[in-house]
Amino acid sequence: MFSRAGYALKQAFSQIGRNKSMYFISVLAITAMMLILGLFFVAFVNVDMFAASINKDYNVIQVYLDDSNDDVDNEQIRQELEAIDGVNNTVFESKEAAMETLRERWGDNGYLLDNLKDNPLPDSFLVYVDDKEAADTAATESVEISGVNDVTYYQDTIDKLSKVTHFVEVGSLISMVFLIVVSVIIVANTIKLTVHNRSKEIGIMKYLGATDWFVRTPFLLGGIFVGLVSSAVATGLIYVVYSKVVDLIGADIVRMLSVNLVSTDYLVKNLLVMFIALGVGIGTCGSIISIRRFLAR
Amino acid sequence: MIIFDNVTKKYGNNVGLAEASVHINRGDFVFLVGPSGAGKTTFIRLILKEIEPDSGSISVAGKDITHLSRREVPGLRQKVGMVFQDFRLLDKKTVYENVAFAMEVVHRSKKDIKQRVPYVLDMVGIADKANRYPNELSAGEQQRVGIARAIVNQPRVLIADEPTGNLDPMTAMEIMNILEQINVRGTTILMVTHAKDIVDRMNKRVVAIEDGRIVRDEMGSSYGFTDDYDYVTSEEVDKYVF
Repeated sequence: MFSRAGYALKQAFSQIGRNKSMYFISVLAITAMMLILGLFFVAFVNVDMFAASINKDYNVIQVYLDDSNDDVDNEQIRQELEAIDGVNNTVFESKEAAMETLRERWGDNGYLLDNLKDNPLPDSFLVYVDDKEAADTAATESVEISGVNDVTYYQDTIDKLSKVTHFVEVGSLISMVFLIVVSVIIVANTIKLTVHNRSKEIGIMKYLGATDWFVRTPFLLGGIFVGLVSSAVATGLIYVVYSKVVDLIGADIVRMLSVNLVSTDYLVKNLLVMFIALGVGIGTCGSIISIRRFLAR
Repeated sequence: MIIFDNVTKKYGNNVGLAEASVHINRGDFVFLVGPSGAGKTTFIRLILKEIEPDSGSISVAGKDITHLSRREVPGLRQKVGMVFQDFRLLDKKTVYENVAFAMEVVHRSKKDIKQRVPYVLDMVGIADKANRYPNELSAGEQQRVGIARAIVNQPRVLIADEPTGNLDPMTAMEIMNILEQINVRGTTILMVTHAKDIVDRMNKRVVAIEDGRIVRDEMGSSYGFTDDYDYVTSEEVDKYVF
């Protein structure tokens, strides 16, 4: 069993060695395909995560209060807010608490806020609602209440992000299918050339009683090798580029804007698994297609 | 060993083989003769299961191969050795590697290969050329390698497709001697040839095909065709042979 596998591996590497340039071109082409797919993946997971993090807050509306309000005014506003259909609960957030939250979010750069003479942040109520429809109604009605300065909620952003996510998803899928087909054709042609170079040997093998799998396995391994090398190169490149991008944007800015980027480790692990599966699949399909007709002769 | 029972094979409107019935026994040495396009290649391709018969049945080494599945074909071919007119050796492998290749293909162990290959090379008289490459050998030596490769897995039947076609008469006879020795050791041999002098000299069983039909099947016979391949009756054979 092991000697058979060893023989097939030896044959596979021998034919890769004899057709180095073709295999190299295949690796380049599939790596390029994987890089494009990787870009889509990076865009998709980041947009998706951003949408998910905002979506989590769909049931919260932030109602900002006038600075001139006193406690009585604010209590009146709370009662009016809780009287709106679909409103579950309200939580008061003082301007001091809001500043503290902002300071925490800014982390090491929080000291910058110390230079402010006055706290510019207003008092606010966090209004919790049942569902997205209730959020719409509550937002419209809250802004009409006397002593309310402004209302923010994420419904619009969520809708827009959903559209973007969907677009990236469909775009990824279409390009993935197209690029996979192109890659399979590239691998199939590379293997076909190798098969052609070894046609005499394969013909003799068949006369000598070699099974189809004996003939096929080295080509299959060659295809899988192309897929694996391409996955490793593509993942490595994306790792390097993505790390640089994260460094350039800067973790602090990311934190200040409350926008999280998917971690490099998470991205690389998932990409590697995806690319290996894709590479092995493409290599296998390409080699099976290229040798099928030959074996049928 | 090889039984053709009323086998017909057509290629469109052309007849490859028509109602052919032949019974080749174990240990037979049979010449398959006939003009080009007569059906000799069809006969061999049917034995090797490269093509399917339209009707009739074929048995090889005790197994009915008429409806053999694709997966069973390698097993059949391991029982049938094949020698080609153009040798079909692998240029980048040495003599030893060319012969060992036949054993690697059927998953024989390295130990078996190390024991068997030198023995077979010695048997065909090229043990001293084991490390040479095919292009360093004469045509006769290359054919010996071809024969060694064909018999190294101890096939039950050896099919030789014009094995002397590219050789001078002296070398051709050397090759025939090797084939005869192999036959003496029990391997059935079916040899396709146009070499009238060899067939006539060997005095073996001759199966003659013309237009897809078996027109003669005689023990201790002769070639039986004139140079332009007109078929002649057995009574007329004598005047061409003697």
